[in-house]
Amino acid sequence: MKRTTKVQLDNPQAMHAGKSLRHGSMTFNVVNTVLLVIFTLIIVIPVWNIVISSFASTQSLSEGGFVFWPKALSLDNYRSVLQDNQLWRALLISVLKTAIGVVAHTLFCAIFAYPLSKAYLKGRKLYSAMGIITMFFSGGMIPTYLLIKSLGLLDSFWVYIIPALFSYYDVIILMNFFRQVPASLEESAKIDGASEWRIFRSVILPLSKPALATIALFHGVAQWNDFMTTKLYITNENLYPLQMRLYDIIVRSQAASDMGNVGQIVLDTTSRGVRLATIMITIAPILVLYPFVQRYFVGGTMLGAVKG
Amino acid sequence: MQASAQDTPHAKHRKAGVVARVRQWWSQFIYQWQLQAMIAPGIVFMIIFNFIPIYGLVLAFKNYTVVDTISGAPWVGWENFRIILSDKYFWDSVWNTLGISAIKLSLGFVLPIILAVMIYEVPWGPFKRIVQTLTYLPHFFSWIILGGMLINWLSTNGLLNEILNFVGVNASSNYLLDADKYWGIAALSDVWKEAGWGTILYLAVMAGIDPSLYEAAEMDGASKIRRIWHITIPELGTMITLNMVLSISALFGSNLDQTLILMNTQNQPKSEVINSYVYRIGLTQGDFSYATAVGLGVSIVSVVLLVITNVVSKKINDNQSVL
Repeated sequence: MKRTTKVQLDNPQAMHAGKSLRHGSMTFNVVNTVLLVIFTLIIVIPVWNIVISSFASTQSLSEGGFVFWPKALSLDNYRSVLQDNQLWRALLISVLKTAIGVVAHTLFCAIFAYPLSKAYLKGRKLYSAMGIITMFFSGGMIPTYLLIKSLGLLDSFWVYIIPALFSYYDVIILMNFFRQVPASLEESAKIDGASEWRIFRSVILPLSKPALATIALFHGVAQWNDFMTTKLYITNENLYPLQMRLYDIIVRSQAASDMGNVGQIVLDTTSRGVRLATIMITIAPILVLYPFVQRYFVGGTMLGAVKG
Repeated sequence: MQASAQDTPHAKHRKAGVVARVRQWWSQFIYQWQLQAMIAPGIVFMIIFNFIPIYGLVLAFKNYTVVDTISGAPWVGWENFRIILSDKYFWDSVWNTLGISAIKLSLGFVLPIILAVMIYEVPWGPFKRIVQTLTYLPHFFSWIILGGMLINWLSTNGLLNEILNFVGVNASSNYLLDADKYWGIAALSDVWKEAGWGTILYLAVMAGIDPSLYEAAEMDGASKIRRIWHITIPELGTMITLNMVLSISALFGSNLDQTLILMNTQNQPKSEVINSYVYRIGLTQGDFSYATAVGLGVSIVSVVLLVITNVVSKKINDNQSVL
């Protein structure tokens, strides 16, 4: 009651406060909504422009003058890209390295995180100190390159998988999740004579699907998008994934346009169509899967942030 | 009698205690052999892939040529670092890295906070979700994909020129070939890609704010803006400082993917960053020792920045370390 009186004393219009407040938040809501719509359009329009340009005929691409819809639609860009055997090979490499990488990485991190989630593990402090060091210090590009080279992983498919097996960030997320599994479940399994490995496989893993899915999703995107590994360690074109193909196409057309030759303009427009179609093929899995997995990503990021 | 302190009965007893403890530790360690066996592959991995490269940093003080092994290469002391200090290209790359990072930092730090507050204040659930879904999307594009897109948007008959023509500004240039515009392009494209995603952690914090705080403020007649300023922003304080510490320490961390895809012969004077310089000197020109020295110098500066910002933020944040 006291508070109400005070408001009335301070503010002669307190009787109308409720009304004016509602009015104020109405204006706020309108301005807020408009600004958010503008911001969203800044994201959507450029992406839409790429999508639609990839379906534009070569002529509309060279004429330009469209943002939302080209003068003529055609599938020519896709046709010429999909005829390219190298692209199919790159797609295969991308799919393989993503699939194998995700399974291997998730399992490897989970197997490491399980013992580390136990407070009574001997050497636990040392192990986690080592892990934290890996998060803040690294040898950098050149020493890592020399290591990869001396391990014989240069120009090998396994360079995509092996160096990416472990991530202490992911271990922390999994470890925190494993800790929440009730100890009584493990104890009863132990009484039944299960080994630690068996408990991990039959009790912990099935109960930790949300955390495992989070790690798998994040690593899946990282693997699909990874380009530096190829750039640094792979020279054999047969092992190029889609990202590297796209990079090659872009760099080559950049070099052509750098020369500024008038005769290059036609070539440039054709290569622009190829570039656009390749972008769309590279991005397609993300665009298609994204609406379905987005909420897991959001949840996963929070999982990592709250305790990380 | 200090010299013979070892022989006093008390010390003997203590020594026996240490031995017993070590023995007990080992017996427990062996008893947990299953768990230890599960953790071993990860430890081996860390030693090989993280700690051996850290040892490889000694290259910075050596003169390594491809025929040598790391340990066999001759020591040269600070020679590599001395050359770096008078290397014009190195300083150019430092300048570019700092310039791009400064723009990135000032925009990319504030925008997610504003955006998160705006999204949080949306009263209508479906609209909120649509905005979130669409603004998170670019985070999932690789820099190669985004680079390919940018080259299209910024080319002579690309999106940007079309929009400018539509608004009435006559424009037809290829912005990526203009070195003076590169810093802006690099920073803005990064902000475009990550601003939406940057809101996630703030939104997570805001979801935990006690609603009665807002109700009380509303009773007191606080306007929406005042409620945001006096409740939401202070509640985000810790997360804001954490992000500030992390982004300031990333000042020297330059995005190699982005640079490699957007760099061309025209914009190189403004687009070469430290990482791409290390890449070029080390892997394409084969000067391993020099490139390692550049990388090491920059990592040390980054770690020092991290420590300094952490100390400063501790002072601001009532002695609460964010790291």
